[in-house]
Amino acid sequence: MRGKISVLLAVVGLCAGAMLTVPAFAGEPLRALRGNVAGEDPDPVPPLFPVREAGRYDRAFLDQPPMIPHRVDKYEIDLKVNQCLRCHDWPDNVREKAPLISVSHYYDRAGTKQDKVAGQRWFCTQCHAPQVDAKPLVTNRFQPATGK
Amino acid sequence: MNQSDEMVERRRPTLWGLAVGIWGFLARPSAQLSLGLLLLTGFLAGILFWGGFNWGLEMTNNETFCRSCHEMDQNSYREYRTSVHDQNHAGVRATCPDCHVPHDWVHKMKRKIAASSEVFHHLTGEIDTREKFEAKRLDLARSVWQTMKETDSRECRNCHSFDSMDLARQTDRARVAHTDAETDGRTCIDCHKGIAHRLPAGMTEAERELNQSMPVGNRR
Ligand code: HEC
Ligand code: HEC
Ligand code: HEC
Ligand code: HEC
Ligand code: HEC
Repeated sequence: MRGKISVLLAVVGLCAGAMLTVPAFAGEPLRALRGNVAGEDPDPVPPLFPVREAGRYDRAFLDQPPMIPHRVDKYEIDLKVNQCLRCHDWPDNVREKAPLISVSHYYDRAGTKQDKVAGQRWFCTQCHAPQVDAKPLVTNRFQPATGK
Repeated sequence: MNQSDEMVERRRPTLWGLAVGIWGFLARPSAQLSLGLLLLTGFLAGILFWGGFNWGLEMTNNETFCRSCHEMDQNSYREYRTSVHDQNHAGVRATCPDCHVPHDWVHKMKRKIAASSEVFHHLTGEIDTREKFEAKRLDLARSVWQTMKETDSRECRNCHSFDSMDLARQTDRARVAHTDAETDGRTCIDCHKGIAHRLPAGMTEAERELNQSMPVGNRR
């Protein structure tokens, strides 16, 4: 019995101590190690580079997957659906006036020509990418192939 | 059974007796009340009833109501969040009823009556898991597409119209498509599926089928 009472007292004492010290913390402004920077003024909005829409891109070398001359963010591509096919798959591409997917995309990995886009070409944006009007982050001296 | 009991028995009103009584009262021309008062009472009661009815209709015609069952909240609403009709630079939202409930009265009532069957499907738990929802989704989507094709995308046109589109400010692809659409008689939903939700598996085949059974170009 005595033991229980002293444990109880100790707990009450600790709680009281904690309550007394809390206001001391609350009074002081929070000081981070790197100074008071966090959350004061939000970062300026980063520039948004709109996707370039129009025309076609030249290919830099034979067999380059052509770059996409339009936005793609609203087209769902997942295991169930591929909305690019709505416009680019045969035979709907005629109605939608979009360039037909390259025939190479209809060969499965055994080299057999299929009626449907092959599985390994399903995720179009693996190889094809839209372009924005932004300065390149690093300079490079790439020259397109000349074909000579 | 003594006599007083019998009297009580006879006086106890039956339902039929009550109905006859009420009808008798209603059919009797009023001798005490002025025509004006009668008209006024009828008028006020009419307003109250109509107002209450419309209030009930409105209570079930907003986003909060649509999300109040978890089937819609967990599937359709989640997918709609952050889509262009939920957030855009103009800050104008299109909520569920904007696209799914007609504005004019007759079609709105039709849709509302059809919607009461959805309550039944909710109670039987037909799509109460994500898997069940996905399995049923093609049917659900197809029925929406079909309706929108039939109505020439009426609900979209409450907000959008070819006439007020500034084609010059649209992208190349949109400009070409919209110019052709007007002449070909194609409607918004023919080209803009999946603008507010994810799409169901098998949609390409379903779309081709739908276009065959309801060819474009013969509307309006
Ligand atoms: C609404 C119809 C439509 C959809 C959907 C669509 N595209 Fe396109 N796409 C076009 C059109 C039209 C062009 C041609 C643009 C032009 O010539 O101005 C094009 C061009 C392209 C090109 C360039 C082809 C070339 O030879 O230069 C690629 C690559 C491409 N799209 C990939 C995609 C991918 C990947 C998707 C899905 C994320 C997609 N497209 C979805 C209509 C569409
Ligand atoms: C594995 C990489 C890869 C994937 C995935 C892929 N492509 Fe391609 N695509 C290419 C390459 C490489 C070319 C150019 C060479 C060729 O024609 O095969 C090309 C060419 C194209 C062209 C231009 C055809 C022409 O004749 O001008 C279109 C359009 C296209 N792809 C669309 C798509 C679409 C839509 C998808 C998704 C269904 C897709 N591609 C998936 C690599 C890919
Ligand atoms: C309540 C009004 C309203 C209704 C109803 C409505 N929309 Fe919209 N829609 C908008 C607004 C607002 C925007 C955003 C415009 C912007 O900011 O550029 C928009 C944008 C769009 C876009 C552009 C998407 C993008 O990514 O740029 C398409 C496509 C579209 N709507 C199609 C439809 C279709 C199809 C329907 C019918 C199923 C429909 N809308 C019904 C108001 C509406
Ligand atoms: C023939 C097909 C077709 C029809 C019919 C059609 N659109 Fe479009 N629409 C497009 C294409 C293609 C684009 C550009 C690419 C995209 O958004 O997928 C587009 C883009 C849009 C945009 C965005 C404009 C921009 O510049 O980004 C809006 C808004 C829109 N459509 C609304 C509608 C509405 C509303 C209807 C019905 C009155 C309609 N469209 C009918 C094909 C069509
Ligand atoms: C911009 C118009 C628009 C808005 C807003 C909208 N929907 Fe839809 N909804 C559609 C279209 C179009 C379809 C047909 C399928 C498709 O193309 O995605 C659809 C389909 C559905 C389906 C059938 C299943 C499916 O996913 O295809 C359900 C359920 C649904 N919507 C519920 C809702 C709910 C709940 C809301 C509000 C959170 C909502 N919708 C908001 C246009 C809209």
